[in-house]
Amino acid sequence: MAVKGFLREKSLYLLLVVFALVLPFLITDRYVFQIVIMGCLFSICTLSMNLILGYTGQVSLAHAGFFGIGSYSVALMTKEGVSFWLALPLASLLAAATGLLIGLPTLRTRGSYFAIATLCFGVIISVVAGNWIEVTGGYTGIVGIALPSPLFFPGIGPISFQTMVAQYYLVLAFLLLTLLVMHRLVYSLFGLGFMAIRNNEILAEAVGVNTFAGKLLSFVVANFFAGLAGGIYASLIGSISPSTASIDLTFNWLIYLLLGGAATLAGPILGAFVIPVILDQIQFLQGYRMIIFGILLIVVIIYFPRGIMGAISDLVRRARACYERGKGMKRAAAG
Amino acid sequence: MLLQVENLTKHFAGLAALSAVSFEVRESEILAIVGPNGAGKSVLFGLISGLLRATSGRIFLQDEEITGLKPHLRACKGIARTFQTTALFDQLRVVDNLALGYRLRTKSGFWATLFHSPGWNKDKTKTTERVEETLDFIGLTEKAFHSVSVLSQLEQRRLSIGMAIIGEPQIVLLDEPTGGLVLQETELITDLIRKIHQAYGITVCLIEHKMRMVMGLAERIIVLNFGRVIAEGTPMDIGGNPQVVEAYLGEKYVA
Repeated sequence: MAVKGFLREKSLYLLLVVFALVLPFLITDRYVFQIVIMGCLFSICTLSMNLILGYTGQVSLAHAGFFGIGSYSVALMTKEGVSFWLALPLASLLAAATGLLIGLPTLRTRGSYFAIATLCFGVIISVVAGNWIEVTGGYTGIVGIALPSPLFFPGIGPISFQTMVAQYYLVLAFLLLTLLVMHRLVYSLFGLGFMAIRNNEILAEAVGVNTFAGKLLSFVVANFFAGLAGGIYASLIGSISPSTASIDLTFNWLIYLLLGGAATLAGPILGAFVIPVILDQIQFLQGYRMIIFGILLIVVIIYFPRGIMGAISDLVRRARACYERGKGMKRAAAG
Repeated sequence: MLLQVENLTKHFAGLAALSAVSFEVRESEILAIVGPNGAGKSVLFGLISGLLRATSGRIFLQDEEITGLKPHLRACKGIARTFQTTALFDQLRVVDNLALGYRLRTKSGFWATLFHSPGWNKDKTKTTERVEETLDFIGLTEKAFHSVSVLSQLEQRRLSIGMAIIGEPQIVLLDEPTGGLVLQETELITDLIRKIHQAYGITVCLIEHKMRMVMGLAERIIVLNFGRVIAEGTPMDIGGNPQVVEAYLGEKYVA
């Protein structure tokens, strides 16, 4: 029976990927398409934030800072004539390496101290971006960042990234890569160690999990993908400024993650797509928008602490229990 | 000699919880550490498993000094433990808890996991085997995919013991394995401990309050009081030691 359920899950994934692949043929509106592309990009951010925050239980509030490191690195390198395809992995590695340096001292602290330390680091990054004028262009930022250079595929020829369709597929490919890495980490004995750290650090140590190394690795991997998303963002949008590394972005992703469902793989993606749409729909509330949204946020966190995905899986479990009970009753009645 | 403790002392803000405690645990024996509340028994386990740092003194595992070693490294060297207030990963399922207990015997790191290397596959198969075997051993096969939070007190206790032995340790430290259980349940856990000892030959060192259980189970007993060893010997010796009877067992036991 377990095998059957497993297959069903796989075919569901396949269906979703097929849907994602044909999506450009269904959307004609450029505005909607832009939202979808940003949704995919921010999904990479929330998925990686989910690794350190959702699975490992360490509240990192520097995520946009690492996103900023990735975006500024790609912008500066491509301006110097480095190919986007070389600049992107280098920028991601730089974000990861910075994460390592920041993580070494800060991950030794516990609970809110880590959150505060990373919050400070995130702010520092955007302040540096605003004031290191010779390099970052100050508050005007960097404009005219080139699109990813055309990729040559044997048999198909060069593919340029001028069109939104091509840009969408580019972002989708990186989203799938992120999802694959997260999936492999999370559904493994190795990744179970992250959840052990989140759940009970002392017990984790007692069963032989090197909790410090685990936290550090989770942080570094999360920041690698934050940097990756930042690099793609810079190249697709074409201009960046200190707001690209601002704490507002971190909190946006945090909301997507918590509302979508932390410590699930579908939750962060769902959040990154659904929440911006909801915010867009209540645009008419103008100044009151964030008040209404804030109340909504509190309600959801109290009643659905595991977000939308948590609520869905609870519903499914209840429905299944109901169904089993019904079957049992029928059998009892027949017998 | 499996485990050797030399002059172990632990002070908390100047207060001595343990003073110059020395003893040894022999290969594949069941050793019980008894003593009244606050005698320093749990502190002793904390020092041996590395979760607490000794103020002074030394600890050896198979003649190798482990005094300064981090707790996770001691676990890898074969010191497993359970906690007095049953500690489990309560957000995870029974199988995940057991798998985490076996994780220290697997070698797959980050890259092996990312690329599903042959070694990763081997580790996965071995872990599944061991988890199934241990589930059967502790009698929780039926509850394998249940969340730990829905288990009964007794089942949680069984699981914590399963987690301690699944990684094939040299020695398990059981901190009050039957604390808070009723008589019948106490017997079930006592049987399980005897079974670990017989089936796997694992050395057991346990802290216990229930004298009747200790007398029937342990081969040797160490009595702690006020952070010092006040007696050591077989259950017969301890039962007849007037100092112990006075200091700890009380008149009730004599009667």
